[in-house]
Parts: sequence; C-alpha cells; structure tokens
Amino acid sequence: MLFENLSTETLGDIYIGLLGLAILIYAVLDGYDLGVGVLLPPREEKFRDDMIASIGPYWDANETWLVLGVGLLLFAFPEAHSDVLQALYIPATLMLIGLILRGVSFDFRAKVVQVQKRKWDLTFKYGSLLTTLAQGYMLGIYVTGLRTDLWAQGFALLAAFGVTAAYAFIGSCWLILKAENNLQAKAYYWARRGLGVLAGGIIAVSIANLTLHERVQELWFSAPWGYLLMGIPIACFALLVLCGVLLKKLPDAGGKGEWLPFFIALLVFVLCFAAFGISYYPYVIPGELTVMDALSDANSLRFLLVGVVIVVPCILVYTAMVYKIFAGKSEKLSYY
Amino acid sequence: MDAFLLSRLQFALNISFHILFPTITMAMGWFLFYFKLRSNISDHPVWMRIYRFWVRVFALSFALGVVSGVTMSFQFGTNWPGFMEKVGNVAGPLLGYEVLTAFFLEATFLGIMLFGIRKVPNWLHTAATLIVALGTTASAFWILALNSWMQTPQGFELVDGVVYAKDWSAIIFNPSFPYRFVHMMLASGLTASFLIAGLSAYRMLKGDDKIAPKLALKTATYTAAVLIPLQIFAGDMHGLNTLEHQPQKVAAMEGLWETTEGAPLLLFAIPDEESRENHFEIPIPKGASLILTHEMDGEIKGLNEFEGEHPPVAPVFFGFRVMVGMGMLMLAVSWVGSAYLLRNKTFPLWLKRTFAGMAFSGWVATLAGWYVTEIGRQPYLVSGVLKTQDAVTQLPPANVVFSFTLYAVIYAVLLVAYMGTLMLMCRRAVEIEEISTEEREMAKAAKMSPANT
Repeated sequence: MLFENLSTETLGDIYIGLLGLAILIYAVLDGYDLGVGVLLPPREEKFRDDMIASIGPYWDANETWLVLGVGLLLFAFPEAHSDVLQALYIPATLMLIGLILRGVSFDFRAKVVQVQKRKWDLTFKYGSLLTTLAQGYMLGIYVTGLRTDLWAQGFALLAAFGVTAAYAFIGSCWLILKAENNLQAKAYYWARRGLGVLAGGIIAVSIANLTLHERVQELWFSAPWGYLLMGIPIACFALLVLCGVLLKKLPDAGGKGEWLPFFIALLVFVLCFAAFGISYYPYVIPGELTVMDALSDANSLRFLLVGVVIVVPCILVYTAMVYKIFAGKSEKLSYY
Repeated sequence: MDAFLLSRLQFALNISFHILFPTITMAMGWFLFYFKLRSNISDHPVWMRIYRFWVRVFALSFALGVVSGVTMSFQFGTNWPGFMEKVGNVAGPLLGYEVLTAFFLEATFLGIMLFGIRKVPNWLHTAATLIVALGTTASAFWILALNSWMQTPQGFELVDGVVYAKDWSAIIFNPSFPYRFVHMMLASGLTASFLIAGLSAYRMLKGDDKIAPKLALKTATYTAAVLIPLQIFAGDMHGLNTLEHQPQKVAAMEGLWETTEGAPLLLFAIPDEESRENHFEIPIPKGASLILTHEMDGEIKGLNEFEGEHPPVAPVFFGFRVMVGMGMLMLAVSWVGSAYLLRNKTFPLWLKRTFAGMAFSGWVATLAGWYVTEIGRQPYLVSGVLKTQDAVTQLPPANVVFSFTLYAVIYAVLLVAYMGTLMLMCRRAVEIEEISTEEREMAKAAKMSPANT
C-alpha cells in the first residue's frame, strides 16, 4: 500500500492539518458569501440583486468545503465527530436549517413571481444570519472543550457575535472588490463599521480564550514561545489599522487597490486561525481529546490519503480557475 | 417515543427528501450535455433554448440536493455514532472519495455551466456541462458502493467488533454493487425522462405550441421508451442477486412465509406478521419460482427460516409492488407515446394529460424501490455485522423531536415550493418568444463565420 512508511503520528498530523485547512478555507470562502447574505438590505431590491449576483457562481463550491471539513472530522476522528456534534446537536441543527434556507432561497428567488422574491430574499438574509450565529456559538462551545456552564455559554454567545461580525466584514470587503457605484460606497460604509466591531470582538475573544485552559495560558505567557506568539495579535492589529486607513482612502483612489481590504481580511482570518491552531494542538477537542486518541484506523487513512494527494491540488487549481474566469466586477446574474 | 425510533424516522425523512433531487440531477446532467451537443452541431437556437430552460431546473434541483445532503453528513455522527465506530474504517474513505472526487467537481463547474457562457469559450462551457454530468455520476458511484457494501459486506476483518478494511477493490466492487449502480442510474434516467416529458406536456397543455417543448418531449419519451425495458431487465438481475445474498429480503418482497417449491407470485395480499400469514391473496401459481429460479418448481426460502432476523414484511411487500406497478405504467405510457411520435402524430389531449400527470412518477418508483432495499436490510444496518439498534445515539429524545419537527416542516414547505416553482417556470415559458433577437444574431453569426465559433 502507498504511504506504508508514514507513522500513525504523521498521519494524525496530516489529517489534523487537512481538517484545519478545510475549515480555514471554508471560513474565508463561505465566510464572505454568508457575510454578504447577512448584510442584505431588506428595503433595497437593486442592491440585493447585485449582492447576490456577486456570489452566484461561487456559493455551491464554497459550501462544499464545509462538507469536506465535517467529512474529514468524521473519517479521521470519528469519536471527536460524534462527541462534538452530539454536544452541539441543537445549534448544529439550527445551522443546518439556516444553510438549507439560504441555499434554496438563492435559487428560488430567481424563478418566482416578483411578490414572492422579497420573501425569498429575506429567507436568504435570515438563513445566513442563523448560520453565522450558530457557527460562532458552536465554535465558542467547542473551544471551551464542550462545557455547558454559564461562563461557557457567555463565551459562546460572544463568539457567535464575533464570527458574525467577521463574516459580515469579509463579506463587505468582497463587495468592495466586486461591486460598483452606490453599492460599493455602501460596502465601504459596512466595512468601516464592521472593522470596529471585529477588532473589539477579536480582543474580547482572545482575552476570554486565555482564561479557559491553563495549558493555553502557560503557552502564551512562556518564554521564548510567548514572544513569538505575541507577534500574531500584533500583526493582526497592525493589519486592521492599515485596513481602517485604506477604507478611508480607497473610495477616492479611482478603483485602484480594491482587492486590498479583502486580502487583509483574508490575512486576519489566517492569523486568528493560526493562533487557535497553535493554542490547541495536539487536541482535537480542546482539553478533552487528543488527535492521536481520536484517530481512526491508519490503513484506511492511508487509502484515503492517496485520493487526497491527487485530488486536493486539482480542486485548488480548478477553484482558482473559476475565480479567474469570473474575476472583475460582477455582472447581472443571468442563467445561460 | 425513544431516540431510536425518532432517529430512524428523521434519517428516513432526510434521505427520502434528499434522494428526490440527485435522482433528477444525475440523469439530467447527461440530458443537458446532449442538448448542448445538439446545439453545438446544429446551429439551431432551439437547442440552446431547451438547454437554458432545463439548466435552471437542474440548478434548483441541485441546490436542494446539496443542502439536504449536507444535513446527512452531520447525522452520521449525531444520530448514528455506532455506525462510524464500528464500520467507519470502511465507510469513511468511501464517503471521503465521494466528497473529493465528485462534490467539488460538480459544485465548482456548475458555476461555469450556469453563469459562464459569455465568459468562457464554447468548448469550455460544453466541457463544464460534461464534467458536471460526470461528477454527479461519480457521486452516485461512491455512495452506492458504500450502500451496497452495507447490504453485502466483504473484504474486511472484524477485530473486537470493529471492522478493518482488508481489500478495497473487494469492498467497492462487492456482490450487489454493479446491479445496484445500474438499477439506480436507469432509475435516474427514467425519473429525469418523465420529468422532462411531463413538464413539456404541461407546457403544451397551457397553450405552448413552440418547437422547444415538442422536441424536449420527443427526446424524453424516446429515452424513457428505451430505458424502461433495460430497467425491467436490470431489476430482474438485481432481484436474482438479492436472492443469492439476502434471501430474507426476497421472501419479504414476495410475502412468502414458508419455504416453498413452486412459490406463487402474489399480485396482492395483506401480510400479517402477528399470525405469520397473508390475507386476501391474489396469487399466480408458481409465478415467483419461475421469475426467481427460472424453474416452475424452484425452491424459495420463506420468512419463517429467518425468524427474528428478517425485515418488517408489509412495507417491503407493498413497496415492491408500488415500484413494479409504476414501472409497468411507465412502460405502457412511454411506448404509447413513442408509437404516436414514430407515426408523426401529435399527442391527443388525454396522452398529454397522462404525461403531465406522470411528471413526478419517477420519484414514486425510486422511493418505493429504496424502501424495499433499505427496509429489506433490517434489522441490520450492515448485513450480519451491525444491527441498526446498536448504532443509535444516546441523545435525549427531546432534542431529536426538536430537529425532526423542524426538518419535517421545512422539507414539506420546500417540496411544495419546488414543485410549484417548476410548474410556474413552465407557465411562464409559454409567453416567452421562441427565439430572442440575440439568439437569432448569434445563429446568423455562427453560420457566416467560417471557423464556426
């Protein structure tokens, strides 16, 4: 069999890495289209059409990263999958309902009579909101190690708003890149407001995070690792400040550098994710279950790895190709 | 109610709702590829018009399939943790390959297929259509490999009650897989054919006398007429395969309690599991033996041989009859339709109505067939390896009641909205002009340019 010489430890690291990658890509990609959904203005139909057009060709594929993430958790760490999702059964159900509602609204809205279109648009907006809140809440409870006490609930609620703000922020950055004229101006406004909320959210979540697990606290306050790690929040805030400046200047720059806010948002996502990853490795459920304890049979993982090594690069290539094809300002959505 | 029954109901609800949409998209992907090819070859804009109408139906069905599919990937862990615990080493990689080789392919190229025609060269748009069709088929391949392995498991070893994979090609190409795959692909072909024919007939009933619905109706009717005898043959082969590997399922399908030589074929009966006999039988003597063993006096094992280990009889028994009955109806309707088409006659009103009425008949047959095979596997989740009740969750029943109720309400609304929207799209298509100015110019340009681009 291929990959015979990979040890179980290496396989564990590879799969937790892949899981992390899938979740990160999901958070960025579905993050912006969920964010656009959350921002959908109920009263301005023209904006709604253009905003939905900007995510049209992508959302199906974006959501597939969630299936891959949940799938990897299921195949590689089955015990973690059932522990996490049974503990988070209600929020996970609500998230799925949200995903169902927004996913179908997207297609229904284009095919029904005008009176009903607004209903589907609102379903799209509130489905997206339900999804982002549920995801943030799940992330919060997950980080506490699946605790259910009041403090953990409070942290999870904070995370729910934090994640929603982050998605709305990256969504508005996406619109700056894809939209024109009035909608773009509106997107700049949303991004400026989102930036402040996001910065506050990151600080609050980071501080709360340090109080949850002693291990994490030790790691972050120890020398020399602590100094290196401190670089992450510092870089994060430097980027956010830079973004704040850009958001003021760019509207007068005549269309130059419109990709920068989205790029910065992307970097901020990567940094926040890295901080989480470093804090909790080698756990797959923070403080509860390690990667090695949850890992499924090595031979099955080797068999799947063959496919991963061949297919994942292909997926990345054709995903990039689609983004290239639809690059530039989004056009009116028309089926052909 | 306990978490076991609720989890079963919820999974049954989810998977029943989910399968409706892949059943359509798997074959419709290939129909679209055909329409696109015809459009490329013929220059006649009507093929693009047909493509455009059905690609929107495809997109809507695909979206419903995606969202209901995501739900299922969560339920494996939430409601059936024992499934992954015991057989995850086999099920995991198969599901993994489905996501990697099929989902991404479909979802990504769908974007090009739907919105890309003005952004990419025509060949790439055609290729995207082909890739989406291949993706949906690949997805069926992996999921049916897993399902068939659950029916007829092999290629593994059992250590302390946990399954470890030994031979992947034996696992994937397990005994029932080829039959189930062919049977399901043909079922999808028939479902899509009757949907296309039915909605086209509905458009004509609403006063649409353009070429597009006529051509679509013709294509779909001929396809159905060719596929249905193949399906009956494939179904028969599948049944023989089941007799070999899961005789208790066949016994339930036939409603046969005692092992019999020369078993009758029951056209109708009411199986009674309490008294272990049938009421109101309408038998054809020796029919079942003739079909299943190809001998008048062939022996067929009865349910009493498997007491305590056989599936609930009534749903399997009736499910089978609904499926076969629907198949016979499809045979009659598609052949009558083809007879009219071959003689270049227009459909009389009653036939148009029949086709329109059967637009969703594929769903009935597909669901009935899946109930036969899935309920027929009970009480096992994986035949002989894992019982369904040993895989269930420890969740509080109230949580499952909550999720089940939400799913049931939303799915009911979506199903009505889906069918309603398809009908609305048909009625709207009636008023749209046959060929838009833009299309006419495109067709003209295509004829004039020597490179035919």
